[in-house]
Amino acid sequence: MSAATYIRYELLRTFRNKRFMIFSLGFPLALYYLIAAPNRNVGDLGNSGISAPLYIMCGLAAFGTMSAMLSSGARIAGERAVGWNRQLRITPLTTRNYFRAKVLTGYALALTSLLLLYTAGATLGVSMAAGDWVQMTLLILVGLIPFAAAGILLGHLLTVDSIGPVIGGLTALLSILGGAWFPIASSGTMHDLAQLVPSYWLVQASRIAVGGQAWGATGWIVMGAWAAAMIVLAGRAYRRDTKRA
Amino acid sequence: MVESRDGRIELQGLTKSFDSPQGPVHAVRAIDVTIGRGETVALLGPNGAGKSTTLDMLLGLTEPDGGTVSLFGMQPTAAVDAGAIGAMLQTGALIRDLSVRELVTVMASLYPNPLGVDEVIELTGIGEFAGRHTHKLSGGETQRARFAIALVSNAELLVLDEPTVAMDVEGRQAFWRAMREFAAGGKTVVFATHYLEEADSYADRVVLMAHGRIVADGPPNEIKAMVGSKTIRATLPGADLAELAQLPGVTAVDSRGEAVVLACSDSDQAIRALLARFPEARDIEITGAGLEEAFLQLTGDEADE
Repeated sequence: MSAATYIRYELLRTFRNKRFMIFSLGFPLALYYLIAAPNRNVGDLGNSGISAPLYIMCGLAAFGTMSAMLSSGARIAGERAVGWNRQLRITPLTTRNYFRAKVLTGYALALTSLLLLYTAGATLGVSMAAGDWVQMTLLILVGLIPFAAAGILLGHLLTVDSIGPVIGGLTALLSILGGAWFPIASSGTMHDLAQLVPSYWLVQASRIAVGGQAWGATGWIVMGAWAAAMIVLAGRAYRRDTKRA
Repeated sequence: MVESRDGRIELQGLTKSFDSPQGPVHAVRAIDVTIGRGETVALLGPNGAGKSTTLDMLLGLTEPDGGTVSLFGMQPTAAVDAGAIGAMLQTGALIRDLSVRELVTVMASLYPNPLGVDEVIELTGIGEFAGRHTHKLSGGETQRARFAIALVSNAELLVLDEPTVAMDVEGRQAFWRAMREFAAGGKTVVFATHYLEEADSYADRVVLMAHGRIVADGPPNEIKAMVGSKTIRATLPGADLAELAQLPGVTAVDSRGEAVVLACSDSDQAIRALLARFPEARDIEITGAGLEEAFLQLTGDEADE
């Protein structure tokens, strides 16, 4: 009676949904070539100090992984809509394992998206030390914690009809604010605002490749605060939802 | 069979109301039921009788406003966590992108002592579509797959809420055959239905619900005689209801203004006795009550409270 089988099949059925996989993995990849390929020889993109292929790779990784993590919310909303969550609630599956499966699925999608973008980056000349790749990846994975919780929050807050547009709009907004598609100016209101959104710090993970410190104290504090807030809100939304059901 | 107190299912004073734009709806009104281990009990009643709400509280899906549920000495959530309950809810689709066999396998993995996946597929007769993806099933096939999911739990208590809705005749037969085989292993089964025939054929005991109350509780033949009977309606101002209830062939009495409604086990006997005792009775109607009418007449106007 372990949750291993449940988690394995949850992964299996997510990766089997071809239309979803093509869009969630293919879209960031296509965007990457569209934006980065024409700028492949730009060594310092928008005064960020980072080459265009690397910066945009990280930017679209942020976009792709945010979407991947939030998509677990769409799966939760879908299961609520058809009453599957009620069916699960009368099995011994614990809430913890239910969410564990959802978060792990989100992370599996995010990692797949990352690896595809890294490969694409390499074709446009991105290269760095193996240790830097790993460090950058780990930082991004940590930076996805608030999004894992936000997926659960949205999944319990929204209906299956509204969650798609909300996730799409939210990731687009966070991508722009965080400088995922083009670097944010290094000072000014936009810069100050950008530092408050978690997507900004996902993009900043690319600084590791140019020998910079990616997050610094501000980054860790902002990320910690987002993670804590999202986890609390997700827990509250879940409890409210199950009480009503 | 000697039963310990912990071997039973006990609902005590169970009450639940819902808010609606028309004011509160009293879905379940302080019902008491005790079900022994190994019993197969039908919860019979028309739509809106409170069957699903009762089952939802039994399963811990809905918090009662009042009263308690004890399942083999445990709270519903504890019984669920222990894997003591398998259930087929009234509504609910299956998740997509898995085959029926895979879905049954996943559900089996959540329980401490499941039946074998092949065994359940065989028992429920779903072999012919076990390899198909769940979103490509017909309504009846989906119901049968949902039954397989409930059964694979091998739980002590099986709860089925209107299980045969959307099944064709053949599906129904296969369903009840499997249910009986499962129950024969000493399991407790509680199923809700609004078909008198199903309750009569497949339950050891029938609990009759209407308007959130239990209006009768007994062996199927007794309940069948009660609700499968005829009803006499007559205008009889100022009649003494208690006296009417004493008439031969009458099982229940109710008044509607100047009219009285007699539910009868033997309407021929009852009408003779009625006319002999109350010759002033007029506008007499004798109807073969369907289940719904029988319930309404048994429970009177209090539904509108």
